[in-house]
Amino acid sequence: MAENTNSWFREKILLGKSNRDYIASIATPGNFIAGLIIIFGVIVMIYRLFFGLGPATNLTDNYPWGFWIGFDILVGIALAAPGLTLGTAVHLFGMKKYHHFVRPAILSSLLGYIFAVFALLFDLGRYYRIPYLIGWSWGLSSVLFLIGWHFTLYIIICIIEWSPALFEWLNLRKFREFFNKIAIWATIFGVIIAGGHQSALGGLYLIAPAKLHPLWYSMFLPVFFLLSAIFAGICMVIVESTITHGVFKGQLKNFNQAEFDRRTIGLGTAAAASLFIYFILKIFDLAHSDNWAYLNTFYGFWYLVEVIGFVLLPAMLFASGVRNGNAKLIRLTGFLTVFGVILNRLNVAIFAYNWQFPASMKYYPKWMEISLSIGVVAMLIVAYRFIVNRMAIMHDHPDYESGH
Amino acid sequence: MSINRREFLKRSLTIAGTSLLSGGAIAHAANNPDPSIFSTGNTANEKNWKLWVEKSEALAPVKYGVLVDTTLCIGCRRCEWACNEWNNNPNRPVKEFEASVSQQKSVFNAVRRMHAGNFTVVNRYISSKDGKPIYVKRQCMHCDDPGCLSSCFVDAYRKAKNGPVVHNASVCIGCRYCMVACPFDVPAYEYYAPLNPQITKCTFCFDRISKGSVPACVEICPAGVMTFGKRDDLLKLAYERIGMRPDRYIDHIYGENEVGGTSWLYLSSVPFHEIGLRTDIGKTPIPELTKGYLIGVKMFEIVGAWPLVFGAYYAISKARKKANAGHESSAETEGEGHGGKH
Ligand code: SF4
Ligand code: SF4
Ligand code: SF4
Repeated sequence: MAENTNSWFREKILLGKSNRDYIASIATPGNFIAGLIIIFGVIVMIYRLFFGLGPATNLTDNYPWGFWIGFDILVGIALAAPGLTLGTAVHLFGMKKYHHFVRPAILSSLLGYIFAVFALLFDLGRYYRIPYLIGWSWGLSSVLFLIGWHFTLYIIICIIEWSPALFEWLNLRKFREFFNKIAIWATIFGVIIAGGHQSALGGLYLIAPAKLHPLWYSMFLPVFFLLSAIFAGICMVIVESTITHGVFKGQLKNFNQAEFDRRTIGLGTAAAASLFIYFILKIFDLAHSDNWAYLNTFYGFWYLVEVIGFVLLPAMLFASGVRNGNAKLIRLTGFLTVFGVILNRLNVAIFAYNWQFPASMKYYPKWMEISLSIGVVAMLIVAYRFIVNRMAIMHDHPDYESGH
Repeated sequence: MSINRREFLKRSLTIAGTSLLSGGAIAHAANNPDPSIFSTGNTANEKNWKLWVEKSEALAPVKYGVLVDTTLCIGCRRCEWACNEWNNNPNRPVKEFEASVSQQKSVFNAVRRMHAGNFTVVNRYISSKDGKPIYVKRQCMHCDDPGCLSSCFVDAYRKAKNGPVVHNASVCIGCRYCMVACPFDVPAYEYYAPLNPQITKCTFCFDRISKGSVPACVEICPAGVMTFGKRDDLLKLAYERIGMRPDRYIDHIYGENEVGGTSWLYLSSVPFHEIGLRTDIGKTPIPELTKGYLIGVKMFEIVGAWPLVFGAYYAISKARKKANAGHESSAETEGEGHGGKH
């Protein structure tokens, strides 16, 4: 677009700036780095499409699933759970005090799912056949089928939940009112659907008891995945709000630090509770399957790092932060917990998978796999910023009633 | 190195840990990769699927199988050759296959698995009984209740009435979950096909056996390792052999009960885990492992969903009433009323 004559475009997309001003305003070092990461990611995508999975990845017949499933799907979807946890808290349990967190949470869920599925397309051998799953050939006995359907439904649900903000931005009052009304129903179904597929991601591995290390394999895998998605969701809200309150400070009129800290501590309480439940279940499972002997091995050591360092420790830190009203500690622990969830998902998908293999046969990701995943994460962040800068996500729209 | 490193490691948990630290990944990368990894454009699976669609109704429900007597195998690899030949997989002159058994530098020096371009491989192990080599042919086991079938989210697999597990390449999306699900690590993937990669696996020569013939590998075997027949008869035959020569065979038919039973059955002179056949996979059919969970989720979503929905409806209407009654007094610290006008 050489000449910026379209005032709608200028108002809505360029934030009221002229072309040149707008470009100048986005030419920051941060955006430059994000752009580079995305360019690398896109190059890998193109390479993958033209040359295939073999040259682009380290996947083998023994390791059909690698970093893309482990990171993009298992990690990505767990970290995209804020919509689930906050939606439940505010809409179902009526915890209205948290309604300021809801829109950012829903947006991160929506973008998280969309970009996870987008990244998944590069892992699927015949990505162009994805509609078969919905309308052509149903594998009803497959956990993956359940996941495929639930992803589709959940993305639709997130779009509905998010659309009031979209229509406020577009100034379509009628649509906004309509979607505002059905958003609550979407949330209710969203809770059921999200709970279903978060657990199903763990359920995927029920099928491979002989391949997954006994310390990670458990008949409770679905429960573990669901519970950890819940505290992952809560901690992502803490992490995101910490970051966004730094980055988008300008958008927060009458921002009340004490109130924000109080809410953060409230989230910390919930995170501590779910972490403790998870930890107790983990120990119960360890005792139940009598896996103590495995603890004194390399895998056992790594397992302890995960369970003690990234479950028990954050649980205690959250508890202490709540007791002492230390919001800063809670924010730090939020980061720690999120890291722990990432570790857990990668352990299940990669590290503990085919654990009997000698090191020479184990899988580790190729740089291209990592580059593509990081590129997708960068796209997600850019999209998030783009939307937050334009729509009423961090604050209520001045022309509209509070939506929640 | 001819001992099976994988089995060796499995026995010792501590060693599994330390070997991970020893960083053998580079050594592995330097190995010459199996050329069948790079194969693309498989046709046998699709062909057999089409045939199955045609014939499935007319097939008599008699389950066939193959009994593999590993004590007889001489490692000539002709079965590999014949399988490639029959199924149009990339092939080499049969002489090259036959030569492996006497070569210093031979494919037998590493334990191989099936890849995109081969449905069957013969591996060599050293007997713990007499130090002599044991040759073991591997291919799809054609499970009675197959994990690959239940795992596929587009329902691409079928268990034919006469035994073979066939794969429908024309719906497969390429998620590769079936490869995760198969306890015998059978399905392989055409990783080097950018546009149209397929799952490949042994077809049990469905095209041949449903015409009354025997599988190509069975037909060519010069040592009578494999016996094709009705599964029930093969079990009887296997028991007879064990009964007659208890010194020669261990008292176990691999595949009789493994993961609920398989069409292909094995006899061995040493414990099966020593010849690369996993004994830690249990007797439960793989589909059972996820069945309970799937029923649970569906029950929850159908039964558990309704109280949630009504509970929420109740909560909303109550909140609305309250908001209408005392709109002013419900204001929060942030200075907003909630849920007032929808
Ligand atoms: S051996 Fe594997 S691929 Fe063959 S039928 Fe059984 S589960 Fe399927
Ligand atoms: S790779 Fe193909 S056959 Fe295997 S589970 Fe996925 S869709 Fe089914
Ligand atoms: S049964 Fe047929 S497809 Fe299977 S290994 Fe033998 S020759 Fe190959």
